[in-house]
Amino acid sequence: MKEFAVELTNVVKKFGNVTAVNNVSLKIPDGEFFSLLGPSGCGKTTTLRLIGGFELPTDGEVFIQGEPQGYKPPFRRPVNTVFQNYALFPHMNVFQNVAFGLQMQKIPKHEIEKRVNETLEMVHLPKMGSRKPNQLSGGQQQRVALARALINHPKVLLLDEPLGALDLKLRKAMQLELKDLQQRVGITFIYVTHDQEEALTMSDRIAVMKFGKVLQVGPPEEIYEKPANVFVADFIGETNFINARIISINSNDVGLLVEEQFDVSSTRVPDLSTNQDVSLAVRPEKLSISKDKLEGISIPGSIKEVIYIGTDIRYEVKISEKTTLAIREQNRGDIAAQRFVKGERVYINWEKSNATILIM
Amino acid sequence: MDKQHKTKRPPLRLRFGRRILNIHGILCYVFMYIPILILVIFSFNDSRFVSGAWKGFTFDWYIQLFQDEAIGNALKNSLIISLSSTFISTIFGTMVALAMERNTFRGKLAFDSLLYLPIIIPDIAMAVMLLLFFVLINMPLGRNTIIISHIAFNISFVAVVVRARMAQLDPALEEAAQDLYANHSETFRRVTLPLLMPGILGGALLAFTLSLDDFVITFFTSGPGSTTLPMRIYSMVKLGVTPEINALSSMMLMVSFVLVFISFLIQRGGGGTIELV
Amino acid sequence: MTDKKPRRNWRLFGLIFPSLFWLVIFFLIPLFLVMAMSFGKRGTYGGVIWSLNLENFSRFLNPADPLYLRIFFRTILIAGITTFVAFLLGYPLAFWIASFPSNRRNTLILLLMIPFWTNFLIRTYAWILILRDQGMVNTLWTGMINNLFIALQAAIPYLPLEGVINATSRPLPLFGTDLAIIIGLVYAWLPDMVLPCYASVERLDRSLVEAAQDLYANRVRSFLRVVFPLTLPGVIAGSILVFIPSLGAYVTPDLLGGAKSIMIGNVIYSQFMSARDYPFGAAISFILMTIMLFGTLIYFRLFVGKGQSERHG
Repeated sequence: MKEFAVELTNVVKKFGNVTAVNNVSLKIPDGEFFSLLGPSGCGKTTTLRLIGGFELPTDGEVFIQGEPQGYKPPFRRPVNTVFQNYALFPHMNVFQNVAFGLQMQKIPKHEIEKRVNETLEMVHLPKMGSRKPNQLSGGQQQRVALARALINHPKVLLLDEPLGALDLKLRKAMQLELKDLQQRVGITFIYVTHDQEEALTMSDRIAVMKFGKVLQVGPPEEIYEKPANVFVADFIGETNFINARIISINSNDVGLLVEEQFDVSSTRVPDLSTNQDVSLAVRPEKLSISKDKLEGISIPGSIKEVIYIGTDIRYEVKISEKTTLAIREQNRGDIAAQRFVKGERVYINWEKSNATILIM
Repeated sequence: MDKQHKTKRPPLRLRFGRRILNIHGILCYVFMYIPILILVIFSFNDSRFVSGAWKGFTFDWYIQLFQDEAIGNALKNSLIISLSSTFISTIFGTMVALAMERNTFRGKLAFDSLLYLPIIIPDIAMAVMLLLFFVLINMPLGRNTIIISHIAFNISFVAVVVRARMAQLDPALEEAAQDLYANHSETFRRVTLPLLMPGILGGALLAFTLSLDDFVITFFTSGPGSTTLPMRIYSMVKLGVTPEINALSSMMLMVSFVLVFISFLIQRGGGGTIELV
Repeated sequence: MTDKKPRRNWRLFGLIFPSLFWLVIFFLIPLFLVMAMSFGKRGTYGGVIWSLNLENFSRFLNPADPLYLRIFFRTILIAGITTFVAFLLGYPLAFWIASFPSNRRNTLILLLMIPFWTNFLIRTYAWILILRDQGMVNTLWTGMINNLFIALQAAIPYLPLEGVINATSRPLPLFGTDLAIIIGLVYAWLPDMVLPCYASVERLDRSLVEAAQDLYANRVRSFLRVVFPLTLPGVIAGSILVFIPSLGAYVTPDLLGGAKSIMIGNVIYSQFMSARDYPFGAAISFILMTIMLFGTLIYFRLFVGKGQSERHG
C-alpha cells in the first residue's frame, strides 16, 4: 500500500474555547500541489502549522509518509516551511540563511557550499550569497526563503501565503514559477492561500475550508464546476443562486419549479426529496441571453443593468421580484453593437449540465 | 497657512506656536547642560574657593584628584561592586526575560508584579529593608552586602530591557530555525541569542550604571572599608565645596558620556531606534 | 515521540529560579521584615523589642503633635510640584523632539541621556554650586547685576532704584529652601518624564489629528480632544517615574535643603543613622510604601482606563 505524503485523520485543534481546526481529515499523495483555500480565520494556517509541528493537535493524528508525528517538534519532521513574512534571519547573510538547515544536519562544509550555490541558481539568485536580507527586494527575499527550505530536500514543502506581500504582477509571475518549480522538483507542496484565483491556477487539488472544517476537496475544475455547497459556490468565483423547489425526481434528472413560476429540469444529485427547497447554482458565464425563447431551458426576464467591463459585458437580468441573475458575455463584437439594452425583455438560457442543485 | 516644510511635520501648531516650542526646547537643553558645564569649567579654575570668579586655567585639581588615595580606594570598591552585580544580574535577568516573554504559566502575574516592585520602590525604602534584613540575620555589612543589594534591584531592570527587545523579536524566526532542524538549544544559540544580544548588552550597561551611581542603598548596606565612589563624593560634599570635587565630577561626566556612546553603538548594532530606558 | 509539555515546565522553572530565589530572599522577606518591625518598639540600647503595638503609627500620625504629619504633607506637596513642573517642561519637549526627522531625534535623545546617566550626586552638587550664597547665581546677582543698577543709578540719579540696589547687594536665599529642592528634583528626574511622553507622542498616528481637523476641530480642540488623551499613557508613566522618587528623596533635600526643609526620606534616614529607632523608621518606611502603592493604583485606575485607546497585545 502506497503511503500518502501527508495524511490527517480527524485532527482537532482547540485554543482555549475556540476550535480552530474541527475534525479535519485529508489524504495528500506524493508529488501533488495541494492548496488549502478559505477566508481568514478558517483554520487553513493552523492546519498547515499542525503538519509542520508548530502546533500540536488536541485530538487526531498527523501522518507524514505514513509515520504518525505525535508530539514531534518541527526539527524532527521531514518537512520544511516557507513562512508568510519569509522569516529570514536578519543577522545572517543569504548564504548563511540558505545553509542553515544543512548545518543543523551536520553536512560537511564543502558539500554545503556546493548545494547552496546550486540552489541559489535554481531560484535565479546567483551570486547573492553575501547580501543581507534587508538589502533584498520582496521578491528576492521570497526566493531566498524558498531556497532555504528546498535545499533540505524535504518530502513535503509547506507554504504559508508566501506571495501575499508581493505586488500583483510579481505575484502572477511567481505563481507560475512556483508551479513550474514544483513540477520539476517533484515534491509535495501544501499551499495556504485566501486567493481563490491563485489556488485555481496552481493546484492539483484544493481543499476549501471554513470555520475549521473542510467543505470540499477536489481538483480545480471540480471545485469550480461542481461546488458541493452554497459556501463553496459563493466563495469560488461568482455564482447565481436561483430559488427552486423539487417537483419530480426521475432516474437521471429532477424537475424543479424555479422562482415559483418556471418549470426547469436539472441533473439529479443525491439526497433529494419532493417539495424540498433547494438552490440552483449557475455561473454567469454559463448563461446566455436571447431575444426569443429558445429550445431547452429558457426563462424570461428583463434587463436591469448593462455593465461594460472591457473583456466582458455583464448583464443583470431580473427574473422575479427577489432574484436578479448576473450574466457574462464575452466581448467579441464591436462596442456600438451592444446586443441588449436596459429594460429590454429577454430570455436567459443554460444547459442542463451547467447548473448544480445545492441543498440550503 | 503653514510654511512649506522641508520634512513631514505634524500639522499641530501655528507658525507662532512652533517658534515658542523651539525656544522652549532649546531652553530645556540649556537647563540640562548648564550645571554640568559649570562643573567642568570650574574644575579648571585656578582658585581655591569655588565662586563665580575665573582666576585662570589649571590642571592642579585633576592632579590632586589622581593622587587622592581615598578616592582611589572608593573607585576600586565601586568597580568591583558594579562589575560583580552587573554580571550576575544580567545573567539572572536575561533568564527571567526568556521565561516570561513567550510563555504563560501559573503564577506568572504574581511573579511579574514581584519583578516590577524593585523598579517602583523608592531607594530609601529598599535601603531600609535590606539593612534591617542584614542586621537581623547577623550578616556583617560590607562589600558583599552591597553586591547582594545591587543584584536585588538590577535583576528587574535587566529583565525589563531584555523583555522589550524580545518583544520585538519575530517568533517566526525561532520557528523557522526549528523548521530547519535546529533543536531548542541550537535555536537559542544561533538565532535567539544573537538577535537578543543588543538588549542583553543594553540591560548590562544599565545595570552597571545604576550600580555605579547608587548612593542610598549602598550607604545603608555598606560597612567599614567598603566605601564606594558615590559615598566618598557625598562625604566630600558634606564637608564643603572644593575644586577637587569639580574635577572628580568632570571625570565622572566623561565616563557617562562614554557609557551613553557605548549604549548608542549597541542600539545601532541591533538595528533599532534608541531604546527608552 | 516526545511530549513537549512536561519538559517545558522544568525548563521554565530553571530559568526563573535564580531570580525568584534572589527576590524572595533579598526583597520579599526584607519587605515583610519592615512591615513586622513597624509594630515593634525601640529597645533601651537601640535594639528591637518585637511586639504588636501601633505606637509607631500613632506617633507618626498624631494630630496633636503633627510634627511628622507636617513633614509628610510637605513632602507630598514638593513631590507634586516637582512632577507638575517636570510635566510642564517635559511634555512640550517631547513634542519638540518628535517633530524632528528620525536621525536628529536620536541625537537629541542621546543628548538628553548624557546628564541622565551622570552620577546623581554630582548633578545635585552642581546645583549647590549654582544656588548657594557664594554660588554662580548670587555672584552674578550681587556682582554684575548689582553693579549694573549702581551704574544706572549713577547715570540717571532720579530713578527710584534704591530698593533694587539694596536687594541686589545681598545674596538671594536660594540655597536651603524648598525651591532649591524642587529645582534639584526637577533637574534630576526630568528625563524620566520626557522619555515616556516621547514614546507616546512618537507612537501617535498623525492621521488621527488630520481626521479631527477634517471634522472641523481647530488646533486647540484637536489637541485637547485627540492628541492629549492619546498621549496620556506616556504622561501617566512619566508622572509616576517622577513622583515616586521625589517622594522618597533623601539626597536632594539633604544637600540642597536646609534644616527647615527636610523631607520624609531624611526623617527615615535619621531614625536609622542617628536616633537608632529602627521600629519607628520601619513604620515610616512602611507608611511611605503603602501610600506609594495606593497612589500608583489609584492613578492607574483613574487615568489608564480613560485615556488609553491602545492595548498591548
